[in-house]
Amino acid sequence: MPATRSLPRPVAIVAAGISKFGAFPGKSSRDLFVEAFLDMESSASKGMDARAIEALYLGNFSSELFEHQGHTAPLIAEAVGLTPIPAVRVEDACASGGVALRQGVMAVASGMYDVVLVGGAEKMTSLPTAEVTDALATAADTQYEIPAGFTFPGFYAAIATAYMHRYGMRPEHLMNVAIKNHENGALNPNAQFGVSISDWMQSRIAAAIKKGKPAPTWQNVWDFLHDDSANPMIAWPLRLFDCSPITDGAAALLLVSAERAADYTDHPIYIIGSGQASDVPLHGRSDLTTLSAARNAAQQAYQMAGVTPADIRFAEVHDCFTIAEIVATEDLGFFPPGDGYKMAEDGVTARNGAKPINVSGGLKSKGHPVGASGIAQAVEVFKQMHGLAGERQLKGDVSLALTHNVGATGSTCVVHIYERKN
Amino acid sequence: MEISRHWRLRKQRYALVGEVCPHCEAKLFPPRDVCPECGQEAKTLYNFSGRGEVYSFTTVYDAPAGYEEFSPYTVALVKLEEGPLVTAQLTDLGEQPVQIGTPVEMVTRKLRSDGDERGMLVYGYKFRPVLASTH
Ligand SMILES: [Zn+2]
Repeated sequence: MPATRSLPRPVAIVAAGISKFGAFPGKSSRDLFVEAFLDMESSASKGMDARAIEALYLGNFSSELFEHQGHTAPLIAEAVGLTPIPAVRVEDACASGGVALRQGVMAVASGMYDVVLVGGAEKMTSLPTAEVTDALATAADTQYEIPAGFTFPGFYAAIATAYMHRYGMRPEHLMNVAIKNHENGALNPNAQFGVSISDWMQSRIAAAIKKGKPAPTWQNVWDFLHDDSANPMIAWPLRLFDCSPITDGAAALLLVSAERAADYTDHPIYIIGSGQASDVPLHGRSDLTTLSAARNAAQQAYQMAGVTPADIRFAEVHDCFTIAEIVATEDLGFFPPGDGYKMAEDGVTARNGAKPINVSGGLKSKGHPVGASGIAQAVEVFKQMHGLAGERQLKGDVSLALTHNVGATGSTCVVHIYERKN
Repeated sequence: MEISRHWRLRKQRYALVGEVCPHCEAKLFPPRDVCPECGQEAKTLYNFSGRGEVYSFTTVYDAPAGYEEFSPYTVALVKLEEGPLVTAQLTDLGEQPVQIGTPVEMVTRKLRSDGDERGMLVYGYKFRPVLASTH
């Protein structure tokens, strides 16, 4: 069991921004980061002077493979006018963003810096899909897992198979997560696939009619999601709509010490808990129905924050696949093992439920630019806590939230807990 | 130039050669030279029996480059009778549906079609169901 740690001094988020997520042929990760940075600057309610920023921590998984560009952090710093501050790239696969945030938190908490920019950026759509799959596969064990023909959907499918076997879940239950997250994403103007599955289905029917083809006979979203032509099997039991998309995007946060927070806003969002852990590849584990790194990281964060899972008002979790959200809600202690899928089915995790999960649309609908995803989760927390979430704004108390960001199949997990104190 | 131990053992590893810890008897696969159970050096080679059972599995329909000719194919985490889990493709499945708990045994098969051109491994272990003996 990890020892309880505390931050040497408080750290707050005072500004947060995000680019549009999607596929943008003309834009590099630098362009996307500039978009996120400008959005962040406009979110500081008392304004901000970028010249106060002392360091950059940037989450980026694989600009080498995706853009043929290494040494990304100084280039990003230059693009937003921050040269000559130290610029550090952080890589832990799909958890790169969350781990960059944690590095920034530690840098401010230690007293080394008072004002730090943390961000994430990934440009994924310039490669053909098969090469993106190859690039993402490098986050797994390329000596022992990939030669067998495993893919990322395959890993999470094996997790789903083990989970179904133990708890009696059926593939249909996974669809509840996809339906919910697309409904949330439909209210997020930055989302890549910001459309409900029901509207998606209607537009497919309309398109068929327009082309003079026979109209599909789907009566409802369940028909649509069970149709192999509309929702093809990727890796049984996971279908296309169980998987997050390939995405270009960026996100940015401004972290400051408590003494400096009032320069930027009257409502700083304090990071009161931070935890991170690693784990072996899937083949070294004794249980596939849980990610031990997530349980470990969550325990560290809860202990540091002095709060319990029941205290958390809403959470953004790493739903790279639908099964991942179900397992996450159990690993984070929101629900007992084996109950996560029932809670999704019963609407407990819906926007108007008792424990809203992925109000932003999650990775599933908002998109998953891997190095930016962990930062984008924190951006959603900031927006919800500042009442800036537009149509998807949560009603009621949003003063305590959690983010959960996973690398690969849980070889890395990082968890943060946020509080708005006034 | 000295060829690293890692490289020399590469072929053996793909024949399911692992290690056994001389200090605590833990069987290691993949081999890693440091025992995860007791933290001490573990370089003694150990031949796994190749027998085990399906711990979990999936059938891949959207095959990555080099695996298209096998698609759809079933990959599994196989729990070896000595303890460790191995990631492997299942083969020779016939009509019998795979289930968690299906007994399987190791065979050597072609792994991917483009191994030579990409300098990647071409042959290695797969697992097939243990045929029920007929009486
Ligand atoms: Zn040992």
